[in-house]
Amino acid sequence: MSHPDTTPGARPPALLGTQGAIFLAIVLGAAVLIPALNLLTPAGSALHVPTYLVSLLGKYLCYALLAMSVDLIWGYVGILSLGQGAFFALGGYAMGMYLMRQIGTRGVYGDPVLPDFMVFLNWKQLPWFWYGFDWFPFAALMVLVAPGALALVFGWFAFRSRVTGVYLSIITQAMTFALLLAFFRNDMGFGGNNGLTDFKDILGFNVQADGTRAVLFALSALALAFGYVLCRYLVRSHFGKVLIAIRDAEARVRFTGYRAENYKLVAFVVSACLAGVAGALYVPQVGIINPSEFSPANSIEIIVWVAVGGRGTLAGAALGAVLVNYAKTYFTSGVLAPYWLFMLGGLFVAVTLFLPKGIVGTFLDWRSRHAEAEPDVPGATPKPVA
Amino acid sequence: MRLAAAFLAFALAVLTVVVSRPAMAGPYEDALAKFTTESYADTDEGLGLLATSGNPLAVDIVEALADGRLLFNADAKTVYVKKADGSLIDAATGQPATGVDEAALKPVRANNRVRRAIEAASGALSLMNPDPAKRLAAAQAVFKSRDAAARPALETALSRESDPQVKAALASARAAIVLNDSASPEADRIAAVDTIAGAGNQDALALLQNVPADAPAGVKTAAASAVASIQHSLAIWDVAQNIWYGLSLGSVLLLAAIGLAITFGVMGVINMAHGEMVMLGAYVTFMVQEAIRTYDPGLFDASLIIAIPIAFLVTGLIGVVIERTVIRFLYGRPLETLLATWGISLILQQAIRTAFGPTNREVGAPSWMSGAFEIGHLSITYGRLWIIVFAGLVFLALLGTLRLTRIGLEMRAVTQNRRMAASMGIRTNWVDAMTFGLGSGIAGMAGVALSQIDNVSPNLGQSYIIDSFLVVVFGGVGNLWGTLVGAMSLGVANKLLEPYAGAVLGKIALLVIVILFIQKRPRGLFALKGRAIEA
Amino acid sequence: MSDILMAPEAANPPRAITEKTLTDALLYLNGVSVTFDGFRALNALSFTVDAGEMRAIIGPNGAGKTTMMDVITGKTRPDIGEVFFNGGTTDLTKLDETEIATLGIGRKFQKPTVFESHMVIDNLRLALKGQRGALANIFRRETGEERDKIDAIFETIRLSDHRYRLGGALSHGQKQWLEIGMLLAQDPKLLLVDEPVAGMTDAETAQTAELLRAINANGHSVVVVEHDMTFVRDLGVRVMCLHEGSVLAEGTLDQVSANERVIEVYLGR
Repeated sequence: MSHPDTTPGARPPALLGTQGAIFLAIVLGAAVLIPALNLLTPAGSALHVPTYLVSLLGKYLCYALLAMSVDLIWGYVGILSLGQGAFFALGGYAMGMYLMRQIGTRGVYGDPVLPDFMVFLNWKQLPWFWYGFDWFPFAALMVLVAPGALALVFGWFAFRSRVTGVYLSIITQAMTFALLLAFFRNDMGFGGNNGLTDFKDILGFNVQADGTRAVLFALSALALAFGYVLCRYLVRSHFGKVLIAIRDAEARVRFTGYRAENYKLVAFVVSACLAGVAGALYVPQVGIINPSEFSPANSIEIIVWVAVGGRGTLAGAALGAVLVNYAKTYFTSGVLAPYWLFMLGGLFVAVTLFLPKGIVGTFLDWRSRHAEAEPDVPGATPKPVA
Repeated sequence: MRLAAAFLAFALAVLTVVVSRPAMAGPYEDALAKFTTESYADTDEGLGLLATSGNPLAVDIVEALADGRLLFNADAKTVYVKKADGSLIDAATGQPATGVDEAALKPVRANNRVRRAIEAASGALSLMNPDPAKRLAAAQAVFKSRDAAARPALETALSRESDPQVKAALASARAAIVLNDSASPEADRIAAVDTIAGAGNQDALALLQNVPADAPAGVKTAAASAVASIQHSLAIWDVAQNIWYGLSLGSVLLLAAIGLAITFGVMGVINMAHGEMVMLGAYVTFMVQEAIRTYDPGLFDASLIIAIPIAFLVTGLIGVVIERTVIRFLYGRPLETLLATWGISLILQQAIRTAFGPTNREVGAPSWMSGAFEIGHLSITYGRLWIIVFAGLVFLALLGTLRLTRIGLEMRAVTQNRRMAASMGIRTNWVDAMTFGLGSGIAGMAGVALSQIDNVSPNLGQSYIIDSFLVVVFGGVGNLWGTLVGAMSLGVANKLLEPYAGAVLGKIALLVIVILFIQKRPRGLFALKGRAIEA
Repeated sequence: MSDILMAPEAANPPRAITEKTLTDALLYLNGVSVTFDGFRALNALSFTVDAGEMRAIIGPNGAGKTTMMDVITGKTRPDIGEVFFNGGTTDLTKLDETEIATLGIGRKFQKPTVFESHMVIDNLRLALKGQRGALANIFRRETGEERDKIDAIFETIRLSDHRYRLGGALSHGQKQWLEIGMLLAQDPKLLLVDEPVAGMTDAETAQTAELLRAINANGHSVVVVEHDMTFVRDLGVRVMCLHEGSVLAEGTLDQVSANERVIEVYLGR
């Protein structure tokens, strides 16, 4: 071995690294290019990106951010949350409540304050927890606070009493299942079964308009880029090193004097907030939020996105989300629709058996073997030991 | 119905022989005479006499009168019952009447007053029906109607009754009348309150809560205290009923979770496809019933018995295949196993959806699964009872397998210390495959039971999987008793919460309770303790 | 004579242990028992470790050595008994692993446990005494002083050439040393070292003994659990033999190995 200072990796790796730079370039490039191609080219042009495609891609970006939030805790801390969809949905509901309040008198019943479903249920006044949602900054804050608070309370209990591994996975699943049941109830005040929909405008702009859609897309891309830089910064900090250490040898971390539960809790809350932001950006682009977002199956599906892309690589999680969802869109819209679940199920099995590091993880391994260099994020790719 | 009618006819025939003596003047004969006068008032009166006459022929007379089949000869003062086949029966003797001039016969007519009397009379007569079930129903009807007119009939019936259950019902009915009869002495009415309180059910409660306002204070006090005591005992019965429902739910949870518990306990594997094994078991039941319908409908009652071993073998085999092709490559990676088995569950669901369609499939219940009986105020349906029995048998069988067989010994060894077991020559691979097969097979058998109480659809398994996990986690891993206690306590807690919180909120509350419980005891109720567990 | 009423300061210690030993001792165990499912892992175990002392603990398998470490480090709670640290000022049975580690008790596991997907240097950075708060560590920068300390530890554990390799890529012996290095970085008052030379070559074993002596000479108290008698002899310290969860014999290695009961236990009866 050569002198330490000339060893690869002696220099602290850059915040982004090559992989990160490429990822950011693509995401930010898309943030500019796709809205431009949508708004500035004529409809018939070969370069024109139709609005439905902008929204579809925007949806993928939200999923990518959601996947990244899962990767932060699964890839780097070893917390397999089967309830991440709950945080996504809570963020979505916070945004949905804002959008409902913006409808005003344009609803079917024309009530200036009460959303249609409340009029329908014969409610006389707005429940207290709907107050403030007509004011965007408050709603935006709630997008972070609602999932963050749930994660804080849930994580505080779970991590403090050292619920780990599959036990943790199961109770996160129970958490989202309980929320699913709760949000299905009409008297919860969130629109029950139908959820929140028929949105009209956001900050005064029509949610259906091309321009709004383009801006929402660009915002989703920016959020993804921001999320990436944030996660990347976190996992490379001393804090992040402790997270990885917890993933690999939690007991050792405790005996070294760290409060593992606090570290997990911070990561869990950050992850929940990112998921909430993803949900909030998702809702105006798809035009609806309903309790099915809480379904345990949805949350598990997020895991496979991360697994496909590569656990513990952040960019891989985003890539996985886009690829799997593109495949889903492609197959469920064609004659192959009945076979989509076979493919999704097969994907779960195939990835765990044959590609445990995912696409990006496998690629990084291959590259580091060929370049005989250390990966630029130390400890980035976890052993396949969960 | 037809059986009852035949029985009646037979009883009638027998009794006719006994009773048909030369006509003696009695209430029955007086009653018959009243029907020949063409006066509604007389007919009414006749019905009253008939009802208390105690003559077994009376039922037929009243029935015939109601249908307009009661004929009379005004001159001869004779009465006949015209049967459905047109033949005539002499009402006085019950013997077929011969040589009757039908042209001289006229039907006994009825107006509204008479019709009311017919109703009352047939009610009173049913009190003396030879079929105890009918007598019971009649007594209960009187109890509800509290028709004072029925009192004479009631008393006649009471004096003859030998069946204790019917006798109690008759006494209650009589007490109900006495209680509401302002002419009865206070002591009798208080005694009536006691009699009614003895029945102790909802009807008695309603009756006692509605004591007439003009009743003497003593009666009212007695009624009030009886109401309190009935309410108390009914509340206890209510809890008992809910516990029964809870045990029934618990045994369903036990069936669904116990296979999961052994795969989790022995292999540390969370099998997300476990619910689909249950679902496959239910579809096996469906196919067995289809085959029976096609080839030998007479076997239908045995369909579940036949389906149980087939479901066990089919799902057990699928379990072994899954273990050999997927899970064995993932040992030591529980979270990856969780994901892979989730993938398998999606594939199995879609396979069933493709093969059988997305809609519910009809699985019938054999006759021995339907019906109910009562213990005190508990209503117990045979369906639930058999599922509890079945869950108990499966539990015992599994316990026996683990305790008494070689494979059971090996499974326990692997649960406690896999490495040590391997070094002692136990083929842990084989044990894993067998464990997974066994767990899946038990899920299949659970599916046979669930086909009786739930919709058989591709989503069947999904509705149980989360609950099953909670049972396993709550009960503690590697301990069948933990699973039993976990399933039963979750089942009972669920049903006890429901009346207060409603089904959905109760369920949510339970999820929250379990989540909090796991915080307290992260390894469940019956956790294994010691150093080996940390490894 | 009630153990329950005895406050650490106003100690009224039972039996042989005097008030002086309690207040002097860095680590003080008295009457500690632990039972797992009917198996008595520790049985009224009592002993003290003085500040600056190095102590070797031997004993056959199942003697309770690892359970003893679990009790001291807060991983296992004793059923009964007292465990005090810092001259009787701190009751360890009330604290959890993290608090105990922060107090200055470091532990090396029997199976070498390093952070395998971290570089060797990051293993030391993580262990280095200093900020442990989650939020503060998000923005933490390494200081020059910390860098110097790490360099010094690298010298001590002889892994300077491996600082940028992954922890998981080290050999077994190197991992043992790295773990000892991580203990040093924690700068504890007391090091609990569980079988540090298991799987090492003779040369490595000798080096490890030297290393531990050097650590002890620097003012750290050390408790070493080890089977390897050559190694224990190399350490040249007071030896305590555990058997069935309590102290069987105590003294120099020669005294202990001459003890008839110890011979009986090791050679079978």
